[in-house]
Amino acid sequence: MKNPDVVLIGFGWTGAIMAERLTAAGLNVLAIERGGWRDTPNNFATTFDQDELRYMWRHRLFENVAHDTLTFRNNTSQVALPMRRLGSFLPGTGVGGAGVHWNGQVWRFLPSDFKALSHNRERYGQAAIGDMTIADYPVSYDDLEKHYDTFEYLCGVSGKAGNLNGAIQPGGNPFEGPRSREYPNPPLDMTYGPMLFAKAAQEAGYHPFVHPAANMSRAYTNPLGVQMGECTYCGFCEKFGCGNYSKASPQATILPVLMRRPNFKLITHCEVTRIELDSTRKRATGVTYVDDKGKERFQPAELVMLTAYILHNVRLLLLSGIGAPYDPQSGTGVIGKNYAYQITSSVNVFYDDKITNPFIGAGALGMIIDDFNGDNFDHSGLGFIGGGYIGVVNTGARPIETHPVPKGVPAWGAEWKKAVARNYLRMVSIATHGAVMSHRGNYLDLDPTYKDAFGRPLLRMTFDYTDNEHRMSDYLTDRATDVAKRMGARDVSPKKRTGAYSIVPYQTTHNTGGAMMGDDPRTSAVNRYLQSWDVSNLFVTGSAVYPQNAGYNPTGTLAALAYWSADAVVNRYLKAPGPLI
Amino acid sequence: MPPSDFTRRNVLATGTAGLALAQAVKADTYQSDPKLPPAETDRPAAADPLHGYVFFSTAEASFIEAALARLIPKDELGPGAVEAGVAVFIDRQLAGPYGQGDHFYLKGPFPKSEPTQGWQAPKPAEVYRQAIPAVERYAKDSAGASFAQLSPEKQDTVLKALESGDAKLKGGVEAKTFFALLLQNTMEGFFSDPLYGGNRDMAGWKLIGFPGARYNNRPYVLRHGERYPLPPVAIGGRPDWSRS
Ligand SMILES: Cc1cc2nc3c(=O)[nH]c(=O)nc-3n(C[C@H](O)[C@H](O)[C@H](O)COP(=O)(O)OP(=O)(O)OC[C@H]3O[C@@H](n4cnc5c(N)ncnc54)[C@H](O)[C@@H]3O)c2cc1C
Ligand code: SF4
Repeated sequence: MKNPDVVLIGFGWTGAIMAERLTAAGLNVLAIERGGWRDTPNNFATTFDQDELRYMWRHRLFENVAHDTLTFRNNTSQVALPMRRLGSFLPGTGVGGAGVHWNGQVWRFLPSDFKALSHNRERYGQAAIGDMTIADYPVSYDDLEKHYDTFEYLCGVSGKAGNLNGAIQPGGNPFEGPRSREYPNPPLDMTYGPMLFAKAAQEAGYHPFVHPAANMSRAYTNPLGVQMGECTYCGFCEKFGCGNYSKASPQATILPVLMRRPNFKLITHCEVTRIELDSTRKRATGVTYVDDKGKERFQPAELVMLTAYILHNVRLLLLSGIGAPYDPQSGTGVIGKNYAYQITSSVNVFYDDKITNPFIGAGALGMIIDDFNGDNFDHSGLGFIGGGYIGVVNTGARPIETHPVPKGVPAWGAEWKKAVARNYLRMVSIATHGAVMSHRGNYLDLDPTYKDAFGRPLLRMTFDYTDNEHRMSDYLTDRATDVAKRMGARDVSPKKRTGAYSIVPYQTTHNTGGAMMGDDPRTSAVNRYLQSWDVSNLFVTGSAVYPQNAGYNPTGTLAALAYWSADAVVNRYLKAPGPLI
Repeated sequence: MPPSDFTRRNVLATGTAGLALAQAVKADTYQSDPKLPPAETDRPAAADPLHGYVFFSTAEASFIEAALARLIPKDELGPGAVEAGVAVFIDRQLAGPYGQGDHFYLKGPFPKSEPTQGWQAPKPAEVYRQAIPAVERYAKDSAGASFAQLSPEKQDTVLKALESGDAKLKGGVEAKTFFALLLQNTMEGFFSDPLYGGNRDMAGWKLIGFPGARYNNRPYVLRHGERYPLPPVAIGGRPDWSRS
């Protein structure tokens, strides 16, 4: 390959999607990945994959914070300290990124999620927005519909449509935006726990439906011609790779085709440290990276794509001096602005007479209600905007992580032992998965004190939940508890998310924002095609571009945005390189 | 763990003292080559099955064994943490890369922190090394004897004081930090694959009914309410596979 047309920084979900689309359009593409090569037979084989200690607790597939981490504080009155050990989120490293060890919960945002500001202001008045810094997306659900569809067919999502071209379908999610066709695969078979929840939710007047899953309900060949196998409900799904080619990942859906294309090249164990600009600072000349020997190298490119996961996308923008850093005092600047996350809680249900075998699972196997997501319900008088889904997702109860006991039982000792023996096979855990809006004080910048292995400043995260999130999450937890009480169990133990956000317990790897998309270069980092306002041959992918988060897992939307952006590059940018707006 | 637990030893790379094989870091280039790269299969390394401690001193081991016997006691339900090999598990973990903090960010400074900021302590091996003598001093000061000599009730009182942070330890490490680490490592040792020296005879899995390293549950998905019919299996197989 001569000089590449495109350099991708990072090779996970968005990198693989961009590489596939841009090589198909005839461009020479080079992906630079900081971690190593990984494939199913060598790295996720069924002879050793089901090892909870190694993968979850010793981080075999995750980012290594010894090399590079971030610092964290709840607000600017605290001193940010390094996240010395992974906890709240588990970013990936290596080929496939976090797309290897994700669950495969594939969601579309609601049409109203794309208009969070105007929709809520119209319905509830400016007072409901208060001092939130939320904004409308500069794209609509309709803009993205066909790209959501592309990703769902790439992944072979198992599910049931709830809205086909405007007609509500029985068994699906009646609240979803209209989709142009049915899911590529039928729903997975359902285990007992989610069914017990769905029955009680139905009786309560809600609308349960099967969770859309990138876990195959049957053998499938995707539009690229890549074959996937039927899921075995092994229960070692999220935080693990899949040994059965049953969970959609870059490896299982794109790489077998992409790796054979002569205009694609991948280099591994090379970490990009900077995007280089020319003297006008309006054009990227390429990237600097450090190779496996610690040697700095320069890679020229016509087009640069940031595909390194939100946290690294934002940090590389800051380290490269691209865009004005956000200042929470004045509210000016754009890079690092509107960092958001997810807020979750749970209600555990314990039976005496029902064996639920919670270890039988798959990453996205579950039953959900969406009655309290987004603006699917009237928020008048509730004191918050936004919402989330509620449901039972039976991902597999690996016992180091999952051995819940009813409220009031100690965490160790003889009483704990009796309780865990009695309850493990007889539990169901209801989860709530709520949106986080954007607030002036929640942002990302560079840390003044702590450095990574190369001596570069760490990213600094300043984040806390506000009253809006707590009220919303408590409301969801109460609704989940209502359903739980109808499930006929011995014990119902709700666990609200109380107090300040903590970096310690695992919650979700759904970090968002910091390089938000928008219509105005003064208030956003990238335009509606994910093109940097400042550097027109740089595109930024991933959930970094979300103005605020929604009540859903992010990957369906960030993948759709990657396809949308790739389309704009191929059909518009290449014809007239330069700002698209 | 006794070697007889392994029926497929040949497929498992064995390391010494629980040290996982260091991952070779080498930059590679992949271009239009449909062959798999000459990647090494990423198999796990088993913990050294020999008896005896590698990391813990005799004094440290006496505290650990006594504490484990309270955290997960042996009772009519079956073996506790000690019988399940959890002390050996923790020992091998601390002697290996985990104990050295291979996945911890350890650069200073270490100023006062908020609980929401998480781990702000040295590497795990260091935390055990500093905390155990401090706990022993606390046990002597508050209950009059070394931890292992105390009655089970008094041992529980000491452990609860560590858990709540009411115990103030001399020498840096916070009681709560140490207790949370000890409890986490205990659960790891009780419920992880026997490959790593704990969960001996799959005692932890048998207690709760977890079937272990099985990979195909398809036949049981729709059997709602039925007990799973198969006994647990580990990555290395089952002991009875090697007996005739
Ligand atoms: C346990 C877990 C479960 C999840 N479950 C779900 C789910 O069910 N549904 C959902 O929607 N989302 C889920 N997610 C989130 C999902 O994995 C991410 O949204 C998705 O992978 C993001 O894609 P990305 O391309 O932005 O980043 P990634 O897929 O993580 O890829 C980024 C890549 O860039 C590389 N990189 C970073 N910095 C550099 C650098 N400087 N130089 C070179 N390379 C670099 C990284 O090593 C990585 O390989 C989950 C995540 C985790 C961890
Ligand atoms: S549950 Fe299914 S999709 Fe997930 S890892 Fe197991 S076999 Fe793969």
